[in-house]
Amino acid sequence: MAEARDIEFKDPVSRLGESVHSPAQSLAGQDTDELKGEKMVLNVGPSHPATHGVLRIVLELDGEIITGARPEVGYLHRGDEKIAENFTYTQFIPYTDRLDYLAPLANNVAYALAVEKLLGIDRQLTPRCQYIRVICCELARISSHLLGVGCYAMDLGALTVFLHTFTEREKIHNLCESLTGARFTTAYTRIGGLSRDMPPGWAEQCRKFLNEVVVAIDETETFLTRNRIFVDRTQGVGVIPKDVAIDYGLSGPNLRGSGVEHDLRKAHPYLVYDQLKFEVPVGTKGDCYDRYLVRMEEMRQSVRIVHQCLDQLPGGPVNIPDGKIVMPPKDRVLTQMEELIHHFINVTQGVNAPPGEIYFGHENPKGELGFYINSKGGGTPHRLKIRSPSFVNLSILSWLLPGHMLSDVVAVLGSFDFVMGECDR
Amino acid sequence: MTALELAQQLRAKFPGLISDPVEFRGEITLRVSDGERMPEVCALAKKELGFDYLVDITSVDNYGDDPRFTVVYHLYGYGHLCPLRLKTEVGEEKGELPTVTGVWRTADWHEREIYDMMGIRFRGHPDLRRILMWEGYPHFPLRKDFPLAGKPTDVPEVAFTNAAPLEGGPFVTIAGGKDTLAREPRVRIPETDGLETNARLERRQDIKEAHGHSHGPGAIETKR
Repeated sequence: MAEARDIEFKDPVSRLGESVHSPAQSLAGQDTDELKGEKMVLNVGPSHPATHGVLRIVLELDGEIITGARPEVGYLHRGDEKIAENFTYTQFIPYTDRLDYLAPLANNVAYALAVEKLLGIDRQLTPRCQYIRVICCELARISSHLLGVGCYAMDLGALTVFLHTFTEREKIHNLCESLTGARFTTAYTRIGGLSRDMPPGWAEQCRKFLNEVVVAIDETETFLTRNRIFVDRTQGVGVIPKDVAIDYGLSGPNLRGSGVEHDLRKAHPYLVYDQLKFEVPVGTKGDCYDRYLVRMEEMRQSVRIVHQCLDQLPGGPVNIPDGKIVMPPKDRVLTQMEELIHHFINVTQGVNAPPGEIYFGHENPKGELGFYINSKGGGTPHRLKIRSPSFVNLSILSWLLPGHMLSDVVAVLGSFDFVMGECDR
Repeated sequence: MTALELAQQLRAKFPGLISDPVEFRGEITLRVSDGERMPEVCALAKKELGFDYLVDITSVDNYGDDPRFTVVYHLYGYGHLCPLRLKTEVGEEKGELPTVTGVWRTADWHEREIYDMMGIRFRGHPDLRRILMWEGYPHFPLRKDFPLAGKPTDVPEVAFTNAAPLEGGPFVTIAGGKDTLAREPRVRIPETDGLETNARLERRQDIKEAHGHSHGPGAIETKR
């Protein structure tokens, strides 16, 4: 894994000084002003393959060297937070699919857990529900990282990797389809449970997939980890020291790539993560290569977690037995008075949340996805704020990019693995 | 050390400024009565109490109440793994708070978002522009008096292009009027299509001299 490498750390600002001024200084006697040249402004995006969506970066260039970068976001803004204020808690679940649309299952779980924390029922979830939710989160993580690594390699000119990782991702979508009924927009969780239980035989399909994906991860590693071109383009590029990573609020693999050993699954275990064995990979240098290595190892750890969950998977119901929170089964609604009332109230008014405010941070594939819910009581949030990891991660670009070469932009952007649907909300 | 102890310590540093800690679902909330002193409180929380990580800043519109807005800061420390929530109120007329970008640089985009969505300004912010909505957008969409369906606005010309001018050239946009056209180097001119590159450039120069601008007489103008 992370073997010792002798890369001299240079923070971008000092690099900027070297590349712009040192050559000029070495040519003593010449007019240095002439060598500096004119600054050029270059637009990257909003429609550019390396921006993975609609991110626009306004770069200021001195030759090939970036001297200034201004990321512009918001091209995919849909007003999800405004919509949430006008919907019941359950109605908003499908909107969470569209946040990080590469890992919708993880978003569903994060949102459901946030609302359950507000309701005070997050510790009453049935064991089976908790295990299935963990499986969902980890499958989403594998799926997201497969895409992240595949696209990253493709951005840097290695198309084969992309084809391999997408083959595996396709299998996850098949699993999602048989589990939730949809390949992408899963909307699988409900407040207090899940939309349905695992179908029969799903665990075996999942195990089969896990055995295949570890092979694919190893193959991907043989393509990239010692690939001279890939290593040259990523090692020592986009270095983020620990303190800067924290200062800019990075989270997820981007934070761990910089050597901060922090994972919400370990630091504040939710669901059944405290009963599962897994490691948190951490980088040493904080460069693009480390962020890539962290993602590769996280996939292996996720495979490990899913195996454990499938081994320990308990039986029983997936929904908590409270008709005021979870929809009662349809056959009882049609025959029993009380269930009919619960059904009616749930559909028309939603769950009755207490007044108060909570923040729940969830370790999503992209980082810490947080929901801040401010409730004044009743079935809709007074304010719902989505703390999206991609949004926060991107804000470091204006610090990070200056000093790099223009071609490094692709390497840096890919290593961040952001999703604009989540960034712009 | 627990979040509650840290909250008590912070409170002791600012007597009279910070309210009693409120606990709900295991989370500690402190209310700072004077928003003007927020950077001071945050700087101390970061420096002396180890809250080195700003998770999020957000705002709540309590429409009808006075003061109208609540700004909520979520702090976290990697050393002690404790979260803490700080809240402060801002009135509608004032609508301004000092920035905390000097304490955590991640506050930059969070404050821009609050300004964009709720219209609360942050004094001393290095670059307080709209972030999700476009420059020049007149409303603050997350305010409670802004309807879900939105409000009509005069969209600036630069936000949209005309119908794709394929016949004018595959990469030519004609947004923003003449200036954009003049800046666009790849604008194609019917008279020069099919000519060799050098000849084309010369021809373009001729046209420019004849008409005062680099695109042909009405070549694109008439299609708009």
